[in-house]
Amino acid sequence: MTTDHITAELDINDNEQLRYIAAQAVDARVNVELETEGMTLNIGPQHPATHGTLRIVAKLDGEQVIKAEPIMGYMHRGYEKLTEVRTYPQVTTLVNRIDWVGSFANEVPFILAAEDLMEVEAPPRAQWIRTALFEMGRIANIMLFLGDMAVQLGGVTAVFYAFRDREFVLNQIESVTGGRFHPNFNRIGGIKDDLPAGWIAETKSVMQKVRDFCDEMEDLVVGNEIFQLRCRGVGVIPAEVGKAYGLSGANLRASGVDWDLRRDGDSRLAWKDLDWKVWTHPDGDSFARYWVRLQETREATYMVEQILDGLPTGPIMAKVPRIIKVPAGESYVQTENPLGVMGYYVISKGELTPFRVKIRTASFSNMSIAPWLLEGVYVPDIATILASLYFILGDIDR
Amino acid sequence: MLTPLAIELAYWQETIIKGVIGLVAVLLPTGALVYLFLFKMMSFMQSRLGPMETGPYGQLQLLAEFGKFLQKEDIFPAKADRFVFAAAPFVVLVSTFMLVLVLPGGPDATFIDINTGIYFALAVSSVSVIGILMAGWGSASKYSLLGGLRAAGQLIAYELPLVLSVVGVVIMAESLNLSDIVHKQNEFGMWFILPQFIGFFLFLVSVQAELTQPPFDMPQAESELVTGFLTEYSGIRFLLFFIAEFATAAIFSAIGATLFLGGWTIPFVDANAEFMNYIGPLVLAAKMILIAFLIFWFRITYPRFREDQLQRLAWKFMIPLALANIVITAILKVAL
Amino acid sequence: MPKMPGMLVGLRVTAKTFFKTVFPGGPFSPPAPSKGAHTVQYPHVKEAPPTRARGVIALHDDNCTACMLCARECPDWCIYIEGHKELAPPRRAGGKPRQKNKLDRFDIDFALCMFCGICVDVCPFDALFWSPEFEFSEMRIADLLHDKSRLGDWMETVPEFPAYESGADQKVRKVPAT
Ligand code: SF4
Ligand code: SF4
Repeated sequence: MTTDHITAELDINDNEQLRYIAAQAVDARVNVELETEGMTLNIGPQHPATHGTLRIVAKLDGEQVIKAEPIMGYMHRGYEKLTEVRTYPQVTTLVNRIDWVGSFANEVPFILAAEDLMEVEAPPRAQWIRTALFEMGRIANIMLFLGDMAVQLGGVTAVFYAFRDREFVLNQIESVTGGRFHPNFNRIGGIKDDLPAGWIAETKSVMQKVRDFCDEMEDLVVGNEIFQLRCRGVGVIPAEVGKAYGLSGANLRASGVDWDLRRDGDSRLAWKDLDWKVWTHPDGDSFARYWVRLQETREATYMVEQILDGLPTGPIMAKVPRIIKVPAGESYVQTENPLGVMGYYVISKGELTPFRVKIRTASFSNMSIAPWLLEGVYVPDIATILASLYFILGDIDR
Repeated sequence: MLTPLAIELAYWQETIIKGVIGLVAVLLPTGALVYLFLFKMMSFMQSRLGPMETGPYGQLQLLAEFGKFLQKEDIFPAKADRFVFAAAPFVVLVSTFMLVLVLPGGPDATFIDINTGIYFALAVSSVSVIGILMAGWGSASKYSLLGGLRAAGQLIAYELPLVLSVVGVVIMAESLNLSDIVHKQNEFGMWFILPQFIGFFLFLVSVQAELTQPPFDMPQAESELVTGFLTEYSGIRFLLFFIAEFATAAIFSAIGATLFLGGWTIPFVDANAEFMNYIGPLVLAAKMILIAFLIFWFRITYPRFREDQLQRLAWKFMIPLALANIVITAILKVAL
Repeated sequence: MPKMPGMLVGLRVTAKTFFKTVFPGGPFSPPAPSKGAHTVQYPHVKEAPPTRARGVIALHDDNCTACMLCARECPDWCIYIEGHKELAPPRRAGGKPRQKNKLDRFDIDFALCMFCGICVDVCPFDALFWSPEFEFSEMRIADLLHDKSRLGDWMETVPEFPAYESGADQKVRKVPAT
């Protein structure tokens, strides 16, 4: 808008001061009518929606987000550097702490990469037990999401159910590995110990409980009209955009991309021998992401049961030297972790410690789509979208 | 008033007694609601036990919380508008206490018996909006401001269906006086919840929104706005807001019980009997708890709406429904 | 049957949990919420952790040779060991006196320990064991440094190793008697 018509009205072309006043008046009017002053809202680093120390700087117009930018690194612990000064067995326990809610799954790709370099392969019984615990880690991880997403939308009850039933899964993990959160159970060439007696029967009953929990969530959350109102059509990720941003895991499958490394990867774990299904959803919105994860949890319980039924007998450790020195070389292994694709690129120079480890974590890539996704949504949808993308802070910052 | 006591009291004595009774009438049901529903029912619905350590089954937990809040520092944000910030909880509380005035607890047990009782109650309940806006503005925090504005928008939107949902009852009772409404239900032979079930439903939903309880708790929306207009409050002022919130829940439940569940009357019992002045408040409290149970049940189960969805629900669904309800009630009233 | 609105189904779920919590023995039993709830009132009631749980490390110091392997392998170097050699009486009469490593100091700083279990794994002489005991919090952080005798006391709480599931190839290990 120019000041022309006002100056014409007032006929004050020649008077400097009056022209200045007129211009001011026009500016004021522009502010009132056309644009309001934006507001910058710092969501985080301490905020209930970011469950952790993520910070999102959002420029708001009223309740609408104009621009949002996640700022990461508040919880950076320098694991990639730390791995260079720790021996291989010690690294296993460090990587536990990356995605701390499904930590068993963190160890597996690193161990596989190291096994590649050492050219050993774990015996089948170890691989199957690994797969079972991997899937149980997935269940423990996604159950948290199933409850937490509802809490982000204001329904407090679901998260209590999630924690209640997740406890059973964690107990089972603990009674094998000794650790609830940080199992440190994988060894290069196998696993640390065999299953204790009675574990298989108990785990099967726990899997039944998890399925009951999934049914409950379907009733309490998925079926709820308010939940659907809040989630359907919110944060839609088209498949192409998702791929371009490097999304993986359930976030991508919810956009209709039928890609799951458990089936499509070259993994040595037992997935290939099981009968299971990759769930996808065509919509790509927050609701689809919730739905896909719910189905995956249920599918995982069936997978665990199949594994426990078909568990091969035999040893659980391959022959490896007592002091682990990994021959020089490079290897990259990625697996389908609860949060998405996780990969370890390990370079060894034949020493006790890795020369360099690059960790590809799923949440970091999943978060990178947030600025694109948050543009133009309302403030309440920030919570929905962040919850449905599902990140674990440790997995972003590592 | 207070005639059942059959003593002549000076005006100031009567006022003091009424004040004490009023205080008890606000605080006691509030405590009961918080303990029964927020502490216990919510815990049981989430398969846990809730507070258990203070007193048997944690009955003294509220006192403990009370003491805790009193001890806490009363923090003022550096840039807060100090007067507005400090006054806000009292404005909200005043609206709550004025609400209780019109509630009839028996044939003679009323604080004031005004002819426009329900009108007065609904008007006074809106005062709390001002308090909430003051809190949002005075805190000088963006979260509080957003919360306060949301609250204002929401309360204004839901004031209308709330009033309209009551109109049906008023038409049937031919009175705005709450005591008359209660008596009418007794004469009528049934509680107004039966003919006015649409009105009751609308009333419940709007009360839920008025109280900013889930699924309408956008002004506080923990996952988005931390706690909205309460973000900067601590100590005693937070406690006042807390009391006001749940006291309003209690009183609105009582108003709902009066309007739709026959208030302090018991079916087939003479409503004007002398003893009703003593039993009446208890009956009313029981009915209040019944309605509060519904309110808290919704609160525990549902996720919350988004601000625009809430407005749409109010303007596009509830208000037309309320209007239709009024029209039907009026037609039936004239026809029968 | 027409589909129930999801909001009513949700109410049913919470109500069902309510009744399951309050009446765990069926609808006609007396209410017993402390039985129906899934939570445990911790200081009064304690859940037993599984036998393999990594609670606290116990030291059987007769077995320890002060070989330092555990201290070296610990990822955050929170084990402090000092020892000296001394002569022990010969095993058989008339034999030469044996050299024996005597442990002077064996401290684990549980403020630093991250309960990874590497020390227990690498110990070649079966001197370290996991105990599922978990109640050893302290008011002062320095008190979390457990010395030799304190670590030795934990030996009493070390459970026997559990039997293995059928099909396992492992042999069940034994905990030495204290
Ligand atoms: S458990 Fe791990 S961190 Fe703790 S003392 Fe042993 S090796 Fe060190
Ligand atoms: S505890 Fe075991 S590893 Fe550690 S010094 Fe003693 S014998 Fe060696």
